[in-house]
Amino acid sequence: MNLNFATLADLQKALRDRDISATELTQHYLTRIEALDPALNSFISIQAEAALDAARRADECLARGDARPLTGIAIAQKDIFCLQGQRTTAGSKMLSDFIAPYTATCSEKLADAGAITLGKTNMDEFAMGSSNENSYFGAVHNPWDPQLIPGGSSGGSAAAVAAGLCAASTGTDTGGSIRQPAAMCGLTGLKPTYGRISRWGMIAFASSLDQAGPMTRTAQDAAILLEHMAGHDPRDSTSLNEPVPRFSEGLSNNIKGLRIGVCREFFTDGLDPLVESSIRQALAVYESLGATLVDVSLPHTPYSVSAYYVIAPAECSANLARFDGIRYGHRCLDPENLQDLYQRSRGEGFGEEVKKRILVGTFALSAGYFDAFYHRAQKIRRLIKEDFVKAFEHVDVIAGPTAPTPAFPLGEKAGNPVEMYLQDIFTISASLAGVPAMSIPAGLANGLPVGLQLIGNYLQEGPLLQAAHQFQQATHWHTLTPPEAL
Amino acid sequence: MTIPAGWQIDIGLEIHAQLNTQSKIFSGASTLFGQSPNSQACAIDLGMPGVLPSVNAEVFKKAVQFGLSIGAMINQESRFDRKNYFYPDLPKGYQITQMDHPIVLGGEITIQTSNGTEKIIRVTRAHLEEDAGKSIHDFKPGYTGIDLNRAGTPLLEIVSEPDIKNAEEAVAYAKAIHQLLTYLEVCDGNMAEGSLRFDANISVRRQDAEALGTRSEIKNLNSFRFLEQAIHFETERQISVLEAGGTLIQDTRLFDPDRHETRSMRSKETATDYRYFPEPDLLPVMLTAEFIEEIQAQLPELPGKRAQRYQTAHELSASDAALLSQDRRLGDYFDEVLTFSGNAKSAANWVRGDLLSKLNEHELGITACPISPKHLGEMIQLIDQGVISGKIAKAVFAALWSKQTESAGDYVQKNQLEQVSDASAIEPLIDALIAENPKQAADLRAGKDKLLGFFVGKVMQATKGKANPKQVNDLIRQKLSEP
Repeated sequence: MNLNFATLADLQKALRDRDISATELTQHYLTRIEALDPALNSFISIQAEAALDAARRADECLARGDARPLTGIAIAQKDIFCLQGQRTTAGSKMLSDFIAPYTATCSEKLADAGAITLGKTNMDEFAMGSSNENSYFGAVHNPWDPQLIPGGSSGGSAAAVAAGLCAASTGTDTGGSIRQPAAMCGLTGLKPTYGRISRWGMIAFASSLDQAGPMTRTAQDAAILLEHMAGHDPRDSTSLNEPVPRFSEGLSNNIKGLRIGVCREFFTDGLDPLVESSIRQALAVYESLGATLVDVSLPHTPYSVSAYYVIAPAECSANLARFDGIRYGHRCLDPENLQDLYQRSRGEGFGEEVKKRILVGTFALSAGYFDAFYHRAQKIRRLIKEDFVKAFEHVDVIAGPTAPTPAFPLGEKAGNPVEMYLQDIFTISASLAGVPAMSIPAGLANGLPVGLQLIGNYLQEGPLLQAAHQFQQATHWHTLTPPEAL
Repeated sequence: MTIPAGWQIDIGLEIHAQLNTQSKIFSGASTLFGQSPNSQACAIDLGMPGVLPSVNAEVFKKAVQFGLSIGAMINQESRFDRKNYFYPDLPKGYQITQMDHPIVLGGEITIQTSNGTEKIIRVTRAHLEEDAGKSIHDFKPGYTGIDLNRAGTPLLEIVSEPDIKNAEEAVAYAKAIHQLLTYLEVCDGNMAEGSLRFDANISVRRQDAEALGTRSEIKNLNSFRFLEQAIHFETERQISVLEAGGTLIQDTRLFDPDRHETRSMRSKETATDYRYFPEPDLLPVMLTAEFIEEIQAQLPELPGKRAQRYQTAHELSASDAALLSQDRRLGDYFDEVLTFSGNAKSAANWVRGDLLSKLNEHELGITACPISPKHLGEMIQLIDQGVISGKIAKAVFAALWSKQTESAGDYVQKNQLEQVSDASAIEPLIDALIAENPKQAADLRAGKDKLLGFFVGKVMQATKGKANPKQVNDLIRQKLSEP
């Protein structure tokens, strides 16, 4: 079999049937990373030895016949998940030499299920960005065209899977950081219901929005990975105490009668016509599969970006206060006094985008501005939630574009934050509401992947994955791989 | 200090009480005091990247106990907020506290004023929060050490209304809170270890002024004496500024006990903007009505009620009643002694007298007392029944204390310490004594009453203390009055 772009499901079978060994698979990816990643920069660190050790142990398990579901599957993890004894940077100079003394719950669950971690992937610093240009470790390049951005903030995780450097990866999504890079790299990316996956050990950007999720080649792979990432965690008070369904079962049930809401507000002026046409065609595919398209409105969608850019910076201004140069992380040389220590350590340790958001958040929470900004943004957030609750009274899934454009050239929007922030215009409302949402490949625009966003009701990842899987049974978009030598 | 004529003072106190939970408010780390620096701080207390708080449910129980004890309203929906400021001993750069939804609302504390009357001080609110760590400035020249053992220790911050009118009332209020917290066993009350710390909001105004004056907040007073001194110095300062025609600015001040002054740390204009906002890492905690009712039902009899019961039902003096009800375990001990002895006055005398002095001598708390209340009660009963004399009881008490015996009755029987109340056994002894000491007998007969003790002492000596002294008294008088 061609290992480069094999799905996780196929690899599971090949490993169980002993067509390949875990060591072969791991070595295969490590060789590819060595060859291709210098041009992509999708990894911040690679744990070759640890991965090969784990692969040998996996092969022993496979030989004994006591393999767990993910035994031997080699994945990459966004460098925002703490792995005990390994460097965890969050893409920041601030944590460029931080060795985590604990492991994130979802990473631990994946390891318990047998997954092997090849390395930690590049990302926008502290997950702030939509292009992966905000990393201390340099920009990530899109495997479909190295001149283009891969999307962000989980750009490294997306590029690594798209380039066939790993079977799947983990990402985090605060306002679209899984879905938008998945769309731009031609992948399936799922942001589950807020609280579905524990946030313990995942470095916080905006606590009330951050959610981990899988980035894979197919909906089936996403379902498999989600099963082993989700679950209640007493260490995260916001994690949901809900049973985790076997998402990978029942995917093949047909979707006749599925009510798909087509949200008016997602087809706006800023939407690239080529993207729109791909999305319209994808909706027609759904109709042909027996789904019903229903016109729905999420009337407060236009306010979502504004609300998000108050709430997320407000939370990040507090979440990032702990990076003060006192206990760990970057500390400036020879501080003269406490003030100097704070100013220079943080001034040197954080990049421009992070500083900008800390300033915005600090301002939004200040006395005299709190009501006008933070409070009002929370009101909008409640209204957006209500929009979804109402819409889901009539539909099972809401569909639309993931991002307004396909991948754009590196540097193109770097000087225009508003245009950059509008990248998340379609993804943010699901984040604010806390509902699950995913992006799946739905066509090409000028040879670049286009993502279809599917949004589900609270805890309804199952129907969402089923709808995505059925689409992938009827189309070939998810099987496309980057052109050229990759 | 007397308040200068024409002025009045308004004081509100914020009391930070450490709740005595085993582990911290948002982590599983131990709250043990006095351990080596940073040995009691886990990743959560250190504010490491990616860690999250989870609430120790014990703190709600303890806060609700306090709230119900002062007649407050309990906020069933408990929410937490972040209070943002940078300081090296505040690891996360924010403190998790309760701004808009304090767990305890209202309530009141009754204090005794110096003129003996009672006064009510209203409590505004009490909320849960985490303590910060400590900066150690004398660590090494040019360096400040950070010890995060205290970081995350649960605090109940109790805020009063400005009902306090002088330093004495402030101390009485602070002591009443201290007593209540320790009585409820929600705080160990150890002032030297910082378990209770005070911030005082102080303002002065002319006697006829209606509005409160401009206030200063004196931070971090860690003893009753410093609280008292700080109020004296601060009110003197404020009055002298105003009397000299100056104006005060609202500020936060530090009390320097060595230099006998308060110093301004920051004024209102430069005050930190704490940028409070709801803590997104913790969901609101809903306390059920059953949870609160259960705590209400388990609440101990409070000191005031207990003292009242001792005075009215058991006719103890006000001072006995107060002393025996100040400490919950002492009161419980006394109640048991009372049950077994059936004699409140005598039980009070033994407990506050012999027992407490023994405990103090050995630096023991009542819970470590070697004599069980049952056995002390039984001993008192033996006295009341006339089985042993008060004098013999002292020996029995010593035997109980040193664990020579568990039962007073057994000990008395075994050592034949029963009081001799048989006149026919004592009379011959008295006859012999009168015969041996004719001069003393004559003097006593002539009215030198002091000599009665001489004869009684001799009889007690001869009976090794077992004679009933009252009976001996009567018999001697009877003998000497015989013609």
